[in-house]
Amino acid sequence: MTETKYTTDHANKQLHVERLFHAPVALVWRAWTEPTLLDQWWAPKPWKTETQSMDFRVGGSWRYCMCGPAGERHHCKADFMAIDKEVSYKLQDVFCDENGIANPDFPSVISTIHFHIQGNQTLVKVLATYPSAEALDQIIAMGFKEGFAMAHENLDALLKELI
Amino acid sequence: MEIRRDVFQAIADPTRRGILASLINKPKNLNAIAEQFDMTRQAVSLHVKVLTECGVISIQQEGRERYCYVEAKKLAEVDDWLEPFRKLWEQRFTQLDDLLHRMKEDETPIPD
Repeated sequence: MTETKYTTDHANKQLHVERLFHAPVALVWRAWTEPTLLDQWWAPKPWKTETQSMDFRVGGSWRYCMCGPAGERHHCKADFMAIDKEVSYKLQDVFCDENGIANPDFPSVISTIHFHIQGNQTLVKVLATYPSAEALDQIIAMGFKEGFAMAHENLDALLKELI
Repeated sequence: MEIRRDVFQAIADPTRRGILASLINKPKNLNAIAEQFDMTRQAVSLHVKVLTECGVISIQQEGRERYCYVEAKKLAEVDDWLEPFRKLWEQRFTQLDDLLHRMKEDETPIPD
């Protein structure tokens, strides 16, 4: 069983996620960067990811939609800030409208994805940095990360379960 | 039933989440807090009492005013709040494992 490590670093306004994948870095990199592959795993079922456009280069963007089982559509945009093939890439993630205009109600997140070769396996480290400690607290206090609106909608029901 | 007084109880109510969020930026007295919500001062006062009992805010006397402060340390007990976040990533990664498995099978094996 592959275990995922999660840590919060309040001082640096960061969330860390770390996970080993049983595949060589070339495949793991493709799965994290090619739209037809991203569409197959980025949204947790029963949600689906629909890529609208992908321009995977520094200054380019991935525009996609998180589509819910009841017809919900949340538009998202990731702007690529740095790319080092099969080593790491950095992106800024925002919720936006269908025209790509950012929604100011959700804090934007800057994430760096690192790929470490471990023989025939790949260790992936995600470092998500929030614009402020308040934004991190807001996300954590809301019980979800990256402002996933779908989780937000379920928050009250979820909190009731916890009590 | 036993009354729970912990961070989950503190954030279980939308008004309490709102109060907490408003105090993160700066401490406020009860009047300033009450002004933000469309409810009686008594109702807001009750929420503040619950938040105090949960340990996520403290009240300090400053001159004639009593100010509410967020207890950062208590709020740092947030690891469990990450549960929905964990669930999201676990499901994602399980799907990614499946995809990588299929990708490996599709690759033509390199002859020795």
